[in-house]
Amino acid sequence: MLLLIDGVSRTYTDAHSTVHAVDDVSLQIAAGEFVAVQGASGSGKSTLLLMAGGLLKPDSGQVQVDGQDPYGLKPDARADFRAQNIGFVFQQFHLVPYLSVLENVLAPAMAVPGTEAETRDRALQLIERFGLSDRQQHVPAKLSSGERQRTAMARALLNQPKLILADEPTGNLDHDNADTLLGYLADFAADGGAVLLVTHDDRAVACAQRVVHLQNGRIDQAVASSA
Amino acid sequence: MTVWRLAIREIRHRKLSFLMGVISVTTAVACLVGAKTLLRADRVITDHLMQAKQSEVETAIAAKEESVKQAGAELEDAMRKHMKGLGFNILILPEEQSRSEMLLNGMSATMPESYVDKLGQSKIVTINHLLPSVSQRVQWPEHDREVMLIGTRGEVPIQHRGLKKPLLEEVAEGKMVVGYEIQKELELKVGDTVTFREHDFTISEVHPERGSTDDVTVWINLGQAQEMLGMQNLINAILALECDCAGDRISAIRAEIEGILPGTQVVEKFSQALARAEARAKAKETAESALAREKESSQAMLVREEQGRQHLEQQHAGFAAVLVPLVLVGSAVTIFLLALTNARQRTEEIGILRAVGLQARQIILVFLSKAAAIGIMGGLLGIGLGYCVGWSLGGLSSNQLDWQLLFATGDLLTTIISAPILALALSGIASWLPALMAAQKDPAVVLQGG
Repeated sequence: MLLLIDGVSRTYTDAHSTVHAVDDVSLQIAAGEFVAVQGASGSGKSTLLLMAGGLLKPDSGQVQVDGQDPYGLKPDARADFRAQNIGFVFQQFHLVPYLSVLENVLAPAMAVPGTEAETRDRALQLIERFGLSDRQQHVPAKLSSGERQRTAMARALLNQPKLILADEPTGNLDHDNADTLLGYLADFAADGGAVLLVTHDDRAVACAQRVVHLQNGRIDQAVASSA
Repeated sequence: MTVWRLAIREIRHRKLSFLMGVISVTTAVACLVGAKTLLRADRVITDHLMQAKQSEVETAIAAKEESVKQAGAELEDAMRKHMKGLGFNILILPEEQSRSEMLLNGMSATMPESYVDKLGQSKIVTINHLLPSVSQRVQWPEHDREVMLIGTRGEVPIQHRGLKKPLLEEVAEGKMVVGYEIQKELELKVGDTVTFREHDFTISEVHPERGSTDDVTVWINLGQAQEMLGMQNLINAILALECDCAGDRISAIRAEIEGILPGTQVVEKFSQALARAEARAKAKETAESALAREKESSQAMLVREEQGRQHLEQQHAGFAAVLVPLVLVGSAVTIFLLALTNARQRTEEIGILRAVGLQARQIILVFLSKAAAIGIMGGLLGIGLGYCVGWSLGGLSSNQLDWQLLFATGDLLTTIISAPILALALSGIASWLPALMAAQKDPAVVLQGG
């Protein structure tokens, strides 16, 4: 199993209230599987995704990526683990504003050892694959939303991760660009990767092989569907 | 992609923030280097001014010394002439010559004429111009009157001194020099022939009125006088002109002469001469005293000047001691706030970089790389600016001084070399905490916020 989430819970507490963002959720994703997590805003989708990505330690329960618990690692080792195994795609793209498309794609390379030429070649291949060759020297401010998200997608794939975690990746895209992005994610899964997509976009759900519904931090129902 | 490249891209993206950081470091370093340059320029100018003034004073003193020396020489020359006019300075007499009798009736005791040759051949140093003479109050029967007869052979050279121009010429045989009263009474003039005790003489010189026994004196050749008076090879006195008899030196002269010519006595001749010598000594003493006072005054002026410069240097040093730390602290605070603001501005970027796997130390390195760039650029600019400001305020150019003098002691060079290190440290330390805070940002919080 590439991603194993076993009974994880996460509670946010402040002075006035306690929110059970994720409550005893378990989920398994195998290599080559594209899973969508659907739910309303505040249902705990993003929290679940961050816990799966080694970015937010659950209060209880366990996460394993490719058989390893990222939270059992020290922070620097966990960062390395994340760089080598997980790619992230966000609704807000989260591109570095002063870096060009090529440099943004290359940013994760700073976290892993490798020859610069090899990494650069891979980045250029991804840029070409995502139709950004003529924009590779442009900064994000000069890109369309679709181009930005494709840049983010290329960045997520640079270190050849086993798992992609996508948080509302189509939220700021038009119909065509959303379809294109979902196609890339499906291709990634088809090539043996695993995709966990958090969304409330029905088109995205339609691309997933399996859909998990999250409500008030708990899995409401799980429905498998073909891509 | 490297951390350094990321830092460079960010600098280019947020130029104003970088520029403000550079300005802060530049200000701090410029302040430090400027203060050091100014203080060093102060010292160089002080040294230069003091050397110039010292040289000026020494030149003035040397000129005054030369002037005093020249005045002394002129005075001595004048005294020489005065003494010639006044007559003899000291009189060497036979020991048995009574002074009372000499003053009342003229000289009666005699000594060998060879004494003067003995004196001339000696190594005597205290007297000059020896004139042996015989003198006697005698009757001038041809004119039925008394005169003072002086026989002189002219000046006997002191051999070890070499030849000097004689003060008095020898009275040649057959010639006569007459005093004022005699010339007046007998209506004589140069070239007249007179008979004196059955010998004919031609008047060779007539003295003007002197108000002394010279006015009733006739001078003839020593040999003729000795023969006339029956005093062959004898003399009554040796007159010494221009003796070195200032102050208490008379006792030294006496001791020296009595050592060479035992059985003689030395008498001061004409108190005016001594007074003149004393006046000369006094004048010399006064001049030397004035010169000494001038030197003291000049030295005091130099000390005052140096104290004034030191006061100015202390003021500058005191001002720098307050200003430089204040500016350094101010710059550090500014850089800290800029770095803090920068860290806040970069929250999203830090979050995503952390998410894609950058370690905390790499995030810190991104910030410190920028701090290093600020430090290096600000340090270099600060050195240039500080040096220029220090140079222009220091006033070296207006004193036409070489800039290399600033580096003569190595202090300023050390400051300039260490300034970039200081700039790096300033920028790095001030940026350290914001960098640490940025590195500790929880990417989950950042990404959830986004």
